[in-house]
Amino acid sequence: MQYNTDNQGRRGFLVRATQALSALIGGALGIPAFVYLFTPAKSRSTGGWVDAGDISQLKLNAPEELPFRRVRMDGWKIITEKSTAWVVRLSEKEVVAYTPQCTHLGCAYHWEESKGQFLCPCHTSNFSIDGKVLNGPAPRPLDRYLVKVEGDRLLIGPEQSKAKGA
Amino acid sequence: MRAILAWLEERTGAPSAIQHFLDEEIPASAGWHQVFGSVAMFLFLTQVFTGIMLALNYAPTPGEAYNSLRYIMTELTGGALIRGLHHWGASMMVIIVVLHMVQVFLWGAYKKPREATWMMGVILLLVTLAFALTGYLLPWDNRAYWGTVVTTQISASAPGAGPYVLRLMGAENGVGVVTFARFYAVHVLVLPPLTMLLILLHVYLVRRHGVAPAPGDEVKPKQKFYPRQVFKDTAAISLAFIILFSLAVVAKAPLGRLADPTDTTFIPRPEWYFLFLFQLLKYCEGPLEILASVVLPTLGVGLLFLVPFLDRAPVIRVTKRTTAFAIVILAAITWSGLTAAAVRSTPPEAFAADREGPMEWRDLTPEELAGVSYFKSESCGTCHTLGLRQEGKPGPNLGAGGAARDAAWMIAHFKQPASMVPGSQMPSVSLSDSQLNALAAFLLKLTPQNAMKMQDIPQYVLDGAALYQKNRCNLCHQVNGVGMKTGPPLNGLAHRRDATWVKGHFLDPQKFSKDSMMPAYPFTPQQNEAITKYLMSLP
Repeated sequence: MQYNTDNQGRRGFLVRATQALSALIGGALGIPAFVYLFTPAKSRSTGGWVDAGDISQLKLNAPEELPFRRVRMDGWKIITEKSTAWVVRLSEKEVVAYTPQCTHLGCAYHWEESKGQFLCPCHTSNFSIDGKVLNGPAPRPLDRYLVKVEGDRLLIGPEQSKAKGA
Repeated sequence: MRAILAWLEERTGAPSAIQHFLDEEIPASAGWHQVFGSVAMFLFLTQVFTGIMLALNYAPTPGEAYNSLRYIMTELTGGALIRGLHHWGASMMVIIVVLHMVQVFLWGAYKKPREATWMMGVILLLVTLAFALTGYLLPWDNRAYWGTVVTTQISASAPGAGPYVLRLMGAENGVGVVTFARFYAVHVLVLPPLTMLLILLHVYLVRRHGVAPAPGDEVKPKQKFYPRQVFKDTAAISLAFIILFSLAVVAKAPLGRLADPTDTTFIPRPEWYFLFLFQLLKYCEGPLEILASVVLPTLGVGLLFLVPFLDRAPVIRVTKRTTAFAIVILAAITWSGLTAAAVRSTPPEAFAADREGPMEWRDLTPEELAGVSYFKSESCGTCHTLGLRQEGKPGPNLGAGGAARDAAWMIAHFKQPASMVPGSQMPSVSLSDSQLNALAAFLLKLTPQNAMKMQDIPQYVLDGAALYQKNRCNLCHQVNGVGMKTGPPLNGLAHRRDATWVKGHFLDPQKFSKDSMMPAYPFTPQQNEAITKYLMSLP
C-alpha cells in the first residue's frame, strides 16, 4: 500500500521535536513534584524552652525521668504532646537531659539502679550514666536535649543534634 | 538495547503492539483539527498526577481539609504550583473537551458507524463536569461550601428523584461531613477509574472505525499516525501545557476563608462554565424554575446524545456544513450572552470576596492600625457600617467592597466631603494630614471578609499603634517590613526582651543600652503600658 510519508530529514525532525517537547513537559511536572515531596515544610518555629520542673531535689548521679509538655508542628497542626527526659546531675554545675529513646531502634530504656546503667530491653544496649554505649548494638551515645537551669527550674530545649549550630 | 527489545517482544509482544499502534493508518485529511482528543487525554493524566500529589498532603474531612490545603499552599515548596495546576487544569479540561466536541460536530465525525464513539464522548463530558462539581467542595472554603449548598438545592428540586439525589449526596440535613465524604469518594475513587475505562472504550472505538475521513480521502494515499500526527498532537499538548503552567504560576488558585455556614454575607457563585445555567435560573421564577434547573439541562444533554440520530445525512465537506456551523455559533452566542449577563450582574461584593485582605491585626502595619483607632476616635462608626449589611445608618457601608477609591480621593473627601460627593452631609474630618493618611491606609485594607474582625482589635493595640504613629517610631524602626532600619526591627521583640525592660527603655534608653541613640519618650504609665503590650505582641 502507498503511504504519504515524510522524507528522512523531516521525519527525524518530527521525532526529535516530539521527544524534546515530551521531555520538557515531563520535567516541568516532575521537578516541582520532586521538590514538593522532598523539601521539608517551611518551619514555623514553635521550639523554645519548656519548663520540666524543679530539680533542686535531684541528687548527684541519680537519674530521674521527668515528664514535660512540648508544643510542636505536626504537618498543618500545632500539637502539644507529652514527652519525658532522663535527667542526671553529673556534677554540682552540670545537668544533662537525655531523650527517652535508645539510639539503636528507638525503644524506651530505663535506669537500672542495681547496675548503675541505662538499660534498653529490646536489644540489650547498655549506656553509662554519662550516656556512653557500654555494650549492645546502639551506634552512638544517648541523644541529649539542650538544657538551661534557671534557679531551681530545669528548662528543656530542642534536641542537641537538631538545634542550630550543633 | 536491541537484545532487551527482543526479549520483551518474545515474552510480552509489547514492542510490536506499540509499533502497530503508532503505524495506524489515518486519512490524508487528518491534521491539526484532530489534536483535541489527545490534549484532553493529556490534561486528564495531568489532573490524575497533580491530584495524587495533593492527596499526599491533604486530609479529607471538612475542617482539616481547609487547614491541610492551606499548609500545602503556604508551607510546602511547590505546593501552590501543584494546586494551581490542578485548579486551572480543571477549567482547561472543560474547555478542551468542549472544543473536541465542537470539532467532531462541525466535521460530522459522529455519523455512521461512529455513533457509539460520540455517545461515549457525551458521557465523558458529563464525567468531566462531575469531576468539576465534586472537586469544587474539597477546599472547604466559603466558595466551596456555599457553591455546593446551591448545587444540592438544585438537585433537590428535580421532580420525583429530588429527595433521593439529596440523600445520595448526604445532604438531607444540609451540606456537612457526610456530603464531604461522598463528594471526596466520588472525586477520587469513583470517577477516575470510570474515566479511564470510558477513555479506553472511546479510543478503542476510534481505532476500530478509524479516524473519520473527509470526502475525497478515499482516492488519496493514507498517512501513518507516527510521527507526523503524533508531532502535531504533542505540539498542541505543549501549547496547552504552557498556558496551564503560566496560569498556575501567575494566577494564584483561590483559597478564601474557612467555610462558615452562618456567614450570611457570602454570595455564592458557580465556576465560570456553570454561570450560564446560574443566569438562566434567574430568568425562570416560581414554577418555571424547574425548567432552568432540571428540564433544560436534561433536554440539552439528551439532544447532544441523540445528535448522530437526528442528523443521518451522508458526510459532506466541512466547509459546506452551514447548519452545523450555525448551530455552534448560536450555542456560543447564547452561552456567552448568559455568561456575560451573569458577570455583569455580579455585585462587587462577590468579586471582592476573592480578595480576602489581611485577617489578623498582626498583619497590619502600625499606620493602618492607627487608622483603625482614628476611625473609632472620630466616631466614624456613628454613620458608617463596616461589613455587615446596612443598619439604616446615613453613610455608606465601608466594608461592602464596593467601588474602590484611592487614598488621594479619600483624603480629599475627608477634608471637604461635599467636594468629592456633591450633596454629601458628612462633616469634614478634623485630623492632621498624616492621620488622614493612616485612616485611608486602613480603609484600603478593608474587605467584606475582614471588616468584622477589624472591629474586634484590642484597644491596647489601637492605642499602642496610634502612639507609635504619633511619635514617628517608623523613622528608625521596622514593623511588618515597613519603616527604617536605623534601630532594630521590632517584630519578635518579645523573644529578646521582657516588658519591664521595654517600659524602662522608653523612659531612659541609655540606662538600658549605653550606646543607644534613641531619645527618651516620657510616656504616661497608661501610654507606656499600651505601646509596650502592642510591641510585645508583634510576631
